[in-house]
Parts: sequence; C-alpha cells; structure tokens
Amino acid sequence: MSRRRLRRYPLAVAGALVLAVAVVAAALAPQLPLPDPDSVDTPNRLRPPLSGQHPLGTDEFGRDILSRLVWGARVSLLAGVGTAALAMVVGVVLGVLGGYYTGWIEALVMRLTDVLMAFPYILLAIAIVAGLGPGLRNAMVAIAIVGFPLYTRLVRGVVLSVKQLEFVEAARALGSTDATILARHVLPQFVSPVLVTFSLDVGAKILATAGLSFLGLGTQPPTADWGSMLATGRQFVVLSPHVVLLPGLAIFVVVFAANLVGDALRDALDPRT
Amino acid sequence: MKRYLARRLLLAVPVLLGVSIVVFMVLHLAPGDPAEIMLGSAATKEDLARLRADLGLEEPLPVQYARWIGHVARGDLGRSLWMRRPVLPDVLDRFRATLLLTGSALAISTAGGVALGVLSAARPHSWLDRLSGVAALFGASMPVFWLGIVLMVIFSLHLGWLPASGMWAPHGGGGAGDLLAHLTLPALTLAAASVTIIARLTRSTMLEVLGQDYIRTARAKGLIERRVVTRHGLRNALIPIVTVVGVQAGYLLGGAVLTETVFAWPGVGTLMVQGILARDFPLVQGCVLVIALSFVVINLAVDLLYAWIDPRIRYE
Repeated sequence: MSRRRLRRYPLAVAGALVLAVAVVAAALAPQLPLPDPDSVDTPNRLRPPLSGQHPLGTDEFGRDILSRLVWGARVSLLAGVGTAALAMVVGVVLGVLGGYYTGWIEALVMRLTDVLMAFPYILLAIAIVAGLGPGLRNAMVAIAIVGFPLYTRLVRGVVLSVKQLEFVEAARALGSTDATILARHVLPQFVSPVLVTFSLDVGAKILATAGLSFLGLGTQPPTADWGSMLATGRQFVVLSPHVVLLPGLAIFVVVFAANLVGDALRDALDPRT
Repeated sequence: MKRYLARRLLLAVPVLLGVSIVVFMVLHLAPGDPAEIMLGSAATKEDLARLRADLGLEEPLPVQYARWIGHVARGDLGRSLWMRRPVLPDVLDRFRATLLLTGSALAISTAGGVALGVLSAARPHSWLDRLSGVAALFGASMPVFWLGIVLMVIFSLHLGWLPASGMWAPHGGGGAGDLLAHLTLPALTLAAASVTIIARLTRSTMLEVLGQDYIRTARAKGLIERRVVTRHGLRNALIPIVTVVGVQAGYLLGGAVLTETVFAWPGVGTLMVQGILARDFPLVQGCVLVIALSFVVINLAVDLLYAWIDPRIRYE
C-alpha cells in the first residue's frame, strides 16, 4: 500500500503498530530482560504497579505481571491467529466443495453448517471442550469448529455465483479441469472477502479463547495467558484491582487494534460492504 | 400463514436432529472410556461397570443414541453424577434465571440499539453518530467478562450502589426491587456489545431506507420528520433489524455463560461450567440441550416474525 493510501487510514496504521509491538514482544519474550513469568515470590505478592523491580506490579503469587503479560501474549495471540486460520482453512475447503459440487456433497456441507449454526456460538465451543477435556489445544479446536461455518457460507455464496459466469463456462469448454478452474478462476474471486473476514475474525477468536480460559476450560495453570490471568486474579480484585485490570486491558487493546486493521482492510478490499 | 408455519416447523426437524446428535456426541468426543473419564482414575472396577451399564456404554453408538433420544423425548435427561438426582428439574430451574438475564439484556440492547441507530441515521455524522461508531468498535473488542468485573468494581465495591453477585440478597431479600438490583449489572454487561451491533445495523439499514423515493414522497407531502422516520423509515427497515436481534439472542444465550460466572448468577451457564469441571456429562448434555433447543425456538420465532412483518415472505 502506498504512503498516500496509508494516510487515509490513520487509525488502522495505529492499530497495525500496536499489533506489531505485541507480536514482536511476544516473539522476543525469551530474549527480553524479564523475570521468569512462573517464578513465585510470596513475600512480594500483590505489589502495585511501579513498585521496585516490577513495573506493572505482581500477582497473588508474587509473579511479575509484565513478564506474565508478555509471555501470555505468546499464548493469546497464537491462539487467536491459530484458531482463526484453522477455521478459515476448513471453512474455505468446505465452502468450495459445497458451492462447486452439487448433490450429496453440497447437502452434507450445508446440513453440517446449519446444525453448527443452530447453537449459540460460545456454548457449542464450551460443549466441545466439555467432551474433549479442558486445555488450550482442545479450546482452540473447539473454537475453530464453531467458527468455520462463517467462512463456508461466505465462500459457498461466492463460488455459487461465480461458477455460473461465462468465463468459467469458457474455461470448462476449453477443457480445463475442475482443479484448474477452481485455482485460476474461482479462487481469486473470494480471496478478498475471506481475508477481510479473517482479519476481523482474529480479534473475535482472541476474545473467545480468553473467554474459555477465563472459565477454566482453556490454558491451565501455571501457564500464563490473558484470560486465565484474569480468572485467577478475580478473587483479589478488591485489594489489588491491577491484577485483573491489566490482563483485561491487554486483551481489549490488542483486539481493538486488530478490529481497526480489519475495518480498514474491509474498506480497502471490499468496498461493497 | 398456517402453511408457512407448517413448512418452517418441518424445516426445523433435521436441525433438531442434528443438534441432538451433536449434544449426544459430546460424551464420546474424548478418546478413551467415557466412564473412566467421568469417574476418574480412582474409580473401582465395579463402579465403572455400573456406570457403563447405566449409560449403556457397551452397546454400539447408534443404539446408544436411539435409547438416549428416546429418554430425552420423554423428558428424561439422565441423572447427574455429581448431584445424584435427575438433571431436568435442576436445568429447568436454572434456565429460568438464564432466561430472565438474557431476556432483560435483549430488551435493553434492542431498545437502546434501535433508538441509537435511528437517531444516528436521522443525523448522520453528528456527534451522536460518531460516538455510536466508536462505541461499536469498543463493543466488538471488549471482553464481556472483563467489562463485568470493571462494572462490579465501580458500582458495587466502590460506590456500593448495586449488589456484586447472586440473584437475591442473602438476608431479607426476595422482592422485585431486590431482583432488579441484582439483575442490573449482569444485564447491562451482557447487553453492552449487542447494543452497539444492533445500533450499527439499524443505522445502515435506516440510511438505505431513508434514501428511497417513497421517503422523498412522504416528505414532499408535508409529513413531519419524526413520522417519516418512524412510520415510513423504521417500518421498512424492520426485517434486517429483526434478523440481527435474533442473531443477538443466540449470542446473548451463549455469552450469558461468561456473565453468569462473573456475577455468580444462578443460571444454566454456571451449572454447565460446574458440570464440566466435575466431569458430569449428563448434566452438561442437559444444559447444552436446553439452551440449544431454546435457540432453535428463537430462530423459528424470528422467521415467523418476518412473515408477520412482510406478508410477501409467506407466499414465496
């Protein structure tokens, strides 16, 4: 994107910068001069921010909150991007199959998405985690399963309308195989809307995984992730509100930044919406 | 309308069947023996054998499903392993509290969202319109459980205006005022994100409708602006608004799990999380089934509302 076009989206640039800082901090966590996020120091528990060695204070076990936030970013960001990516890949494949091939494949894909969409979003994720057992990986799988119908519906709609168009018919008449038609003629038609949906979905997925961790169904202690930090700090909210406010703020700022970038991408790539 | 209703009810049957299969399969998702997962590694062989026999786990899956759905159809959702009593009465009792919370949040978000959206559309680019735009981004980015804790810290712990948790005061409560005081914070927390979503959709739909020729005609014949906006504008914008309200009802039913946990609201959500942590599958299945069924009913109601708002839909 040229500098002039970037200037049209100052909020998105700010959002991208915030995301870049979060990603770099998360990626470089082991190299940063931070204390061990899991090292317990009970005499120094629940220290307020700006106290001695701990710029953001300590939690109920005396663990450094800044360090836990940075290490927690690795889990929370990876979980958000990972689940959105998994949902996108599964959703796109099923959307292409359901849109391009009529008959039993289409019926199967559509009934599957109908049933999954018949559940309230987070409830189904919780139910799947209930079956698989609590843990970050299971929470991610559950959220991806709940999330893929969004992509399936989107891609199927585009494929259904594109496959009727003359250039696709022409390609078929020229003897192109299904794989060539899909890759060369159909895929470019849904790349933009899928990217836009993905960029807006990452924030939602970070919220969803943090929500499951908050309920005790995602990341398990002592691993730091923003949702579980919030859950364990909740009991100390009266004495030390920072223990709860800081991880919540981290989730909010990162998701807000991701949504700003997603909004601008939608404006730039998908002007119809 | 009767034919439309019958067709719509018929369409709900495969969805209900699919929902029941998903809920049934919850028990069988994890690799290994469900009885061992439920009772833990300390269970004796006799206990495991008894539970397997109780749940019919030795039989093939389709047989197990047929038996389970037969029981469910008769209102028997099984016995809770943790509470050692039938699941259904507890789930229904808790469901009333969830319905109250979700219904209140839906009422707040629909009234607030539609009003905000209509006002924003009536004066685009005004300060109110800009504010609701920023609020929408905030709403989409705010973790609901965090918002609940922040509201609780401010209004309960610091200002002392509202109770921090539960549904009734431990002593001397029980009246409508007590319930309302306990309901306010959870309902506002749950409604926060939906208000902004409904407001943005109402705004964009209203802007589209207000640009139509018949609105110009209404203005040209000298109708006052308020009548143009509400009678001619809002009425024609209702279908997308009803759609988003229906979607939000589902979102609120699911989101209630988090809000209930924050405020210790005695709803199905808190019961379900307790059930999961206690590995009480019949209880979890009962909770999921009741919420999912109510969502199917909401979707059905939304479809019937469409047909009532726009009679053309009945004849398509």
